[in-house]
Amino acid sequence: MKGLSLPNPRWLKTTLWVALSMPLLWLGVLIIKELQQANSGLGTEPTEALLHYLGEWSLILVLLAFAVSPLRRRLGWPWLGQHRRFIGLFAFIYVCLHVLTYAGLYAQFQLAVLLDDFVYRSYITAGIGAFLALLLMALTSTRGWRRRLKENWRRLHRLIYVATFFAIVHLLWLRKDSGLAEAIYLLIYIGLVAERIVYHWQRRRSA
Amino acid sequence: MLIRKPTDIPSSEITSETIYLQRRKFMGQSAAIIAAAGFGLPAPIVKAGLQEDDDVTPEQIVTQYNNFYEFGTGKSDPFENAGALTTDPWTVSVSGEAKKTGDFAFEDIIKGLTPQERIYRFRCVEAWSMVVPWMGIPLKQVLEQFEPTGDAKYVVFKTLYRPEEMVGQRSFFSSIDWPYLEGLRMDEAYHPLSIMAVGLYGKELPNQNGAPWRLMVPWKYGFKSIKSVVSIHFSRRQPVNTWQALASHEYGFYANVNPAVDHPRWSQASERRLPSSIFDPNRRPTLPFNGYAEEVADLYRGMDLRKFY
Repeated sequence: MKGLSLPNPRWLKTTLWVALSMPLLWLGVLIIKELQQANSGLGTEPTEALLHYLGEWSLILVLLAFAVSPLRRRLGWPWLGQHRRFIGLFAFIYVCLHVLTYAGLYAQFQLAVLLDDFVYRSYITAGIGAFLALLLMALTSTRGWRRRLKENWRRLHRLIYVATFFAIVHLLWLRKDSGLAEAIYLLIYIGLVAERIVYHWQRRRSA
Repeated sequence: MLIRKPTDIPSSEITSETIYLQRRKFMGQSAAIIAAAGFGLPAPIVKAGLQEDDDVTPEQIVTQYNNFYEFGTGKSDPFENAGALTTDPWTVSVSGEAKKTGDFAFEDIIKGLTPQERIYRFRCVEAWSMVVPWMGIPLKQVLEQFEPTGDAKYVVFKTLYRPEEMVGQRSFFSSIDWPYLEGLRMDEAYHPLSIMAVGLYGKELPNQNGAPWRLMVPWKYGFKSIKSVVSIHFSRRQPVNTWQALASHEYGFYANVNPAVDHPRWSQASERRLPSSIFDPNRRPTLPFNGYAEEVADLYRGMDLRKFY
C-alpha cells in the first residue's frame, strides 16, 4: 500500500465536504420528519435521540481527525495530512451542536443546572474537558496562530490526546452497561494511541 | 388464562386508545359502585397516585420503548427481539421460608385470582416516565398461597435465564451476572399497591413487557419491577439485587423514587414524560415516592432515605 500517493486535487476536498456533511443532512431529514409528526423521525425520545446522534458523530469525527496522522504514515498518503485541519474543524461543528443541544434542550440554559452538572456529573465533567480541549485547538487552528505560537503550536495541539481520551471516558461513564459500539470505539482509540507509541519508539531507535 | 392471547382477538375487537380510556372511565365508575355495594374493593386504588395531568401513555410507546437487557440494551431491542421468547409452559419455582415450596405451573398460581386494573405512574431511574394501565394481581394474594413463615423477611425474584431465546444474555459485552434478580421487604411486597402484572391495555402482557408476569411496584424506579419471573424465594436476609451488584453507589436495594437523592451521574429532580417531541422534552418535576407518598411513606418511617437509596 505504501507509496500510493494521489495528487491533491480539488475534488478531494469536495468529496470530504460531502462525506462529512452526510450525517448532518440525514439528521436534517429526521428533524423535518419529526416536525411533521412527533416520534416519526427520531423515535420515542427525540431530544435524547438528537443528543446521542450528534454525540456519536462527534466522537466518530474526532477519532477520524485523530486517525489522520497514523493513516498518513502507515498508508503513505501525504495528502491526507493536508486535510487534517479541515476534518478537525468539521468534527468541532458536530461537537458544538452536541453541546448546544445539551445546554439548550436539556439544561434549558439554566446556569444552576449547568453548574450542578459540571461539578457533580463526572461524565459531563469529562465531556466538558473534551470540549474545552477541542475549543482551544479550533481557536488556534488558523495560519496566523500557528505562526505566532511557533513550536508551542505543536505542543498545544497535542491536546487531541486529552480530547479523545475525555470523549471516550464521557461515553463509557454515561452508559449503564456497555455494548458493542462502545467496545469498538475504545478499541479504535487504543489502536490509534498504540500506533503513535510504536511510531515514536521506532523513530527514537533509528535516530 | 383469564386474558385471551392477542391472536384470539379479532382486529375489530382491538379497541383504540380513546375508546379504551372511555371504557376505563366507565369501568372505574362501576368499580366504585361495586365497592360501595360492599365488595370491599377500594375503587380509588385503580388510579392511586395519579395527578390531574397524568395522561395514559400511548400503547405503542409502552410496548416499544423498554429496558429489558435480556433482549438487548437498546430501547427498541426488547420489542424487536422478545418474539423469540416462549412463555408456555411457564414454571415458577418457590423456595425458602414458606410452607408450600416447589415447582408450580404459572396457570396454577394465578388460578382463582382475579386481575385488577391499575393505572400507575412509571418512573425509570434514567429519568423518563410513563403512565401505564396494567392488569395485575395483588402480590400479597400471590405470595400468601405459599404460606411464608415468620422467618421470611424478604422476597427475592429471578427472571428467566434462557440465552437461546434471550439474545442479551448471550452478549459478550454485558457485565450483568444473569439471571436478573430483584427483591422486596415483605411489608413492601404485601403493600396493596404491589402487584404482579399479567396484562397491559386490557390484553395479555406482551413479551417485551415481561410476559407472562412481572412485578410492578409503582413507587420505586422501574428496574425494581422485575420481568418474566420464574423464581420466588422467601429469605431471611436482604438480597443484593442485580443493579446494586453492578454499581452499588448508583443503585441501592430500596430504589424508591426520590427527587431529593440524585443518581451520581444525573439529577432525579425532574423527569421526561413520554410522549415527548423534539424541541419539548416534556419535563416535569419528579414526586417523592413517584406520587405515592401518601400510601407508602409509612413503610420507611425513621429511615435515612439518603443512606437507603
